[in-house]
Amino acid sequence: MNFSLTKTQELFLRMIREFADKEVKPLAAEVDEQERFPAETVKKMAGLGLMGIPFPTEYGGAGGDNLLYSLAVEELSRACATTGVILSAHTSLCAAPLHEFGSPAQRAKYLPRLASGEWLGAFGLTEPNAGTDASAQQTTAEEKDDHYLLNGNKIFITNAARARVYIVFAMTDKSKGTRGISAFIVERDFPGFSVGKEEKKMGIRGSATCELIMTNCIVPKDNLLGQTGKGFGIAMKTLDGGRVGIAAQALGIAQGALDETVKYVKERKQFGKAIGQFQNTQFQLADLETKVQAARLLVRSAAFKKDKGLPYAADAAMAKLFAAETAMEVATKAVQFHGGYGYTREYPVERMMRDAKITEIYEGTSEVQRMVIASHLLK
Amino acid sequence: MNIIVCIKQVPDTTEIKLDPTTGTLLRDGVPSIMNPDDKGGLEIALRLKEQRGGQVTVLTMGPPQAEEILREALAMGVDRAILLSDRKFAGADTLATSNALAGALRTLPFDVVIAGRQAIDGDTAQVGPQVAEHLDLPQVTYAEEIARADDNCLTVRRAIEEGHQIVEVALPCLLTVSAGAVRPRYMSVRGVVEAHGREVERWNFDSISVDERRVGLKGSPTRVFKSFARGGRNAGTPREVDPGEAAEIIIERLQEKFIL
Repeated sequence: MNFSLTKTQELFLRMIREFADKEVKPLAAEVDEQERFPAETVKKMAGLGLMGIPFPTEYGGAGGDNLLYSLAVEELSRACATTGVILSAHTSLCAAPLHEFGSPAQRAKYLPRLASGEWLGAFGLTEPNAGTDASAQQTTAEEKDDHYLLNGNKIFITNAARARVYIVFAMTDKSKGTRGISAFIVERDFPGFSVGKEEKKMGIRGSATCELIMTNCIVPKDNLLGQTGKGFGIAMKTLDGGRVGIAAQALGIAQGALDETVKYVKERKQFGKAIGQFQNTQFQLADLETKVQAARLLVRSAAFKKDKGLPYAADAAMAKLFAAETAMEVATKAVQFHGGYGYTREYPVERMMRDAKITEIYEGTSEVQRMVIASHLLK
Repeated sequence: MNIIVCIKQVPDTTEIKLDPTTGTLLRDGVPSIMNPDDKGGLEIALRLKEQRGGQVTVLTMGPPQAEEILREALAMGVDRAILLSDRKFAGADTLATSNALAGALRTLPFDVVIAGRQAIDGDTAQVGPQVAEHLDLPQVTYAEEIARADDNCLTVRRAIEEGHQIVEVALPCLLTVSAGAVRPRYMSVRGVVEAHGREVERWNFDSISVDERRVGLKGSPTRVFKSFARGGRNAGTPREVDPGEAAEIIIERLQEKFIL
């Protein structure tokens, strides 16, 4: 057992930390305030190969793995959670299922564009009446000649406004329940496809979250991902991977909020001394640091198992559950430590607290993670 | 075009703290980094290669752990990395260092040698110019940008106190570059993933062409008598005088310190 990073991981961490501090952090407040997608940052990330970290070089990827990818999401999210989730949704929810379930032709067509960052990717599963109960899909796909006709709406889709390709789930046979769900690769330019208005969100406000609207959307048969009726399994397996990304995002938010707090309690003086000198501060910080480190071990363990081809679904659920709840706790306490200043937008912890909340909700709520963990325990 | 960049591993001096009682540097746990001026030089080299084609080689003299900055350079996109490491080179001052580097450069084909202006640990700014002298190369110090590159000549913009100078220099030549001149690129993800699988050539004293008496401690005429922290400046003595007299006093003080 070895808990240290490899030389390659250390070198990568040095690179991504410098990138996050110099290119991402300075824009974080503005991206939040203006609800602006950080297109210039994503372009720089693409130039460095960050949009294709865990994919093979033959598809234009960087030839890295999920551990490197989790380090990237963590460090970007430490600076700006919006930037972290853009990378996570693109990589885990669009490029990864294409790589895992795509035919050779689909991989050859889409992966190089996604891995190079030329195209941004997204994922459409959630519907107005199919949230945690993802099996209640109402979007339909009807087979017609050489194509499918998709009808329905997907909501809360990260990256939607900027993506060029979407992994979309729809019912090909309503009578079969979850076995009637299929996955499709839908391009933004396909006839009948459109993107709705952007959501006004509490946090991760730059991530271009919108509705996908499909009205007799024509999807070529070649764009069926995997086999007919296998869509639900594809969605669940994809979300297992996505949870590693969101766990890393939550971990990054927690670390960012803790870093800000440590800095602040050393500077802020009340009753004649720095508030960091009070034992109440010290004990609370000690607990937060312990939780952040525990979350980090869970995240890295889940990423490591995925890379080794070991079962990791329960690990990913535990990492996501614990990191998300840690992020929320650390960020909330960070605001408390900052007092009135923490409640203002002068300090980043206010944004971090808003950003943290979503990690307990998307890609499976904390309740869903508990269901996954318990089902592994009781099977 | 063959470009060789001389780089050095240095302690990150922004992370160094002073022992409050003895005034000495506390180097424990201080991360080692590629010297910032050298990184600027590496960026200029990579841009020159992108413009003209060819190969960029990085060369460093140092202990075995200096390999880390060579891996970083590989991840930034250099083609070849050489670690010059031998106990015989230990204890070198700037002269002995430049002799060893020149000895290595004599065995390598090059059109341009680029060095950082100075290292943040020693701050001498001597090694680059000394290498040029040993190899009898024309040198351009404080280079900021290669405005034009031909087969046998570079047009270089260099910083001077009053502004800039545009100079032409015949190849082969040596440039020194400061960190502020250019923004170095980040390592690429693929570069990082592949860096530890690539070769770092390990050279020792026998690999290069230099007289043993001119390297290491033996080849170092510099003797350090004393190192000390500079004391803080005092607040000075306030004096109330009329403006004319004040001007005279200021001029006198500046002349005393040879500023005027």
